[in-house]
Amino acid sequence: MLDSLLALGGLVLLRDSVEWEGRSLLKALVKKSALCGEQVHILGCEVSEEEFREGFDSDINNRLVYHDFFRDPLNWSKTGEALPGGPLGALRAMCNRTDLGPVTIALDSLSWLLLHLPCTTLCQTLHTVSHQDSCPGDGSPVGKVHVLGLLHEELHGPGPMGALSSLAQTEVTLGGIMGQASARILCRRPRQRPTDQTQWFSILPDFSLDLQEGPSIESQPHSDPHIPPVDPTAHLTFNLHLSKKEREARDNLTLPFQFSSEKQEALLRPRPSQATSHIFYEPDAYDDLDQEDPDDDLDI
Amino acid sequence: MGVNLTMARERGQLVFLEGLKSAVDIFFQAQEKPHPLQFLREANAGNLKPLFEFVREALKPVDSGEAGWTYPVLLVDDLSVLLSLGLGAVAVLDFIHYCRATVCWELKGNVVVLVHDSGDVEDEENDILLNGLSHQSHLILRAEGLATGFCRDVHGQLRILWRRPSQSTSQRDQSLTYQYKIQDRSVSFFAKGMSPAVL
Repeated sequence: MLDSLLALGGLVLLRDSVEWEGRSLLKALVKKSALCGEQVHILGCEVSEEEFREGFDSDINNRLVYHDFFRDPLNWSKTGEALPGGPLGALRAMCNRTDLGPVTIALDSLSWLLLHLPCTTLCQTLHTVSHQDSCPGDGSPVGKVHVLGLLHEELHGPGPMGALSSLAQTEVTLGGIMGQASARILCRRPRQRPTDQTQWFSILPDFSLDLQEGPSIESQPHSDPHIPPVDPTAHLTFNLHLSKKEREARDNLTLPFQFSSEKQEALLRPRPSQATSHIFYEPDAYDDLDQEDPDDDLDI
Repeated sequence: MGVNLTMARERGQLVFLEGLKSAVDIFFQAQEKPHPLQFLREANAGNLKPLFEFVREALKPVDSGEAGWTYPVLLVDDLSVLLSLGLGAVAVLDFIHYCRATVCWELKGNVVVLVHDSGDVEDEENDILLNGLSHQSHLILRAEGLATGFCRDVHGQLRILWRRPSQSTSQRDQSLTYQYKIQDRSVSFFAKGMSPAVL
């Protein structure tokens, strides 16, 4: 599924995060388009041209048209080197292209554009660029336009994200588990149900896409076959279990506060052998031995 | 750490902008040219173009005929303060973007930036700044306390995340965690659970 992302036209959102970056996938898709013979335009706002072109061989690089908005995107240097109209101007210029072949436009990044431009303006421009069905005037069909937008999820609120999602034909959300990257692909084709698939992949050093099955069970670290699991109940200094005799003795024991019928009778019938208790009293010199009972005046 | 900063400053190797002192100057002294912290005088949320121009001026090679200093390093301590002073997160991100373009791309140097994580406190602007910077960075060092609380011998934990996609095949091996103890003039690092105090 990941390798057929470019089969449909329209806007493809690549949603990445700090932990799972998306620029490698963007470059892999750019390479794929270039190898298919399409013209590729890069709107580069976040990294330098050298950094973006790094890893591509020369025949790919010759097909890439790089619009450099990294060096001076806000025209602070005022040397006149900055491209007129800024990134928005360049994007609008692509709406009015004259050549009819298929073209891929990579936005690196859509987040940068969304932070610097009003959301509505950006959405309108994106809609115009990605829905170029026919050339105005002669009505001859224009080649498919693919717009790949790199979007950093954590930077935007639900409003702008929702607006861009509704514009996109395909949304790829990057994630992964234990070092293995995955792409969740949500695809909306016209007159068909949306599809939702997850594809595990990795990007090779030359930016080709390597599709994979998923994280293998053996690679999970919790079981090491060389060390047998240790039984913690072996070699203890105390008993964990009771023998049969011990169990019987335990069952026959009456608990001290359990009130059984034998106990009741024992309490009611004083045992004759029980001796009365004695109190031995040695009076001190200061003791007042008054034989008179102080409770005599009580009328009980 | 064994480096004589005063001598470095005299030789021109170190250029130091003391934010607090500079901020006081802007209010109590007449300024002929734009001050690096000009945004403090502006009523609306401004931009950091004057500060960037200060950085660029400082990095210009001296015309004395000798070989200038190479591979500059820009240290920013710290960006969260700029948010508290009323700048928007996007303005701060733009400043760092321009610093990257000049220091990293043009002069092949490095930029090191300190920013605070608001943690559990909901701070949207700080989160945008932190995440935006993380996406612009090639290396992220996250220093945090231990999950179990204070310890006399282990002061904290450092998580290292590399974000340099073009150099890797097994990209996800590039996350490491170390624990550290801050000493008088240095920091000692060790693997988790391997502090000399507990071994």
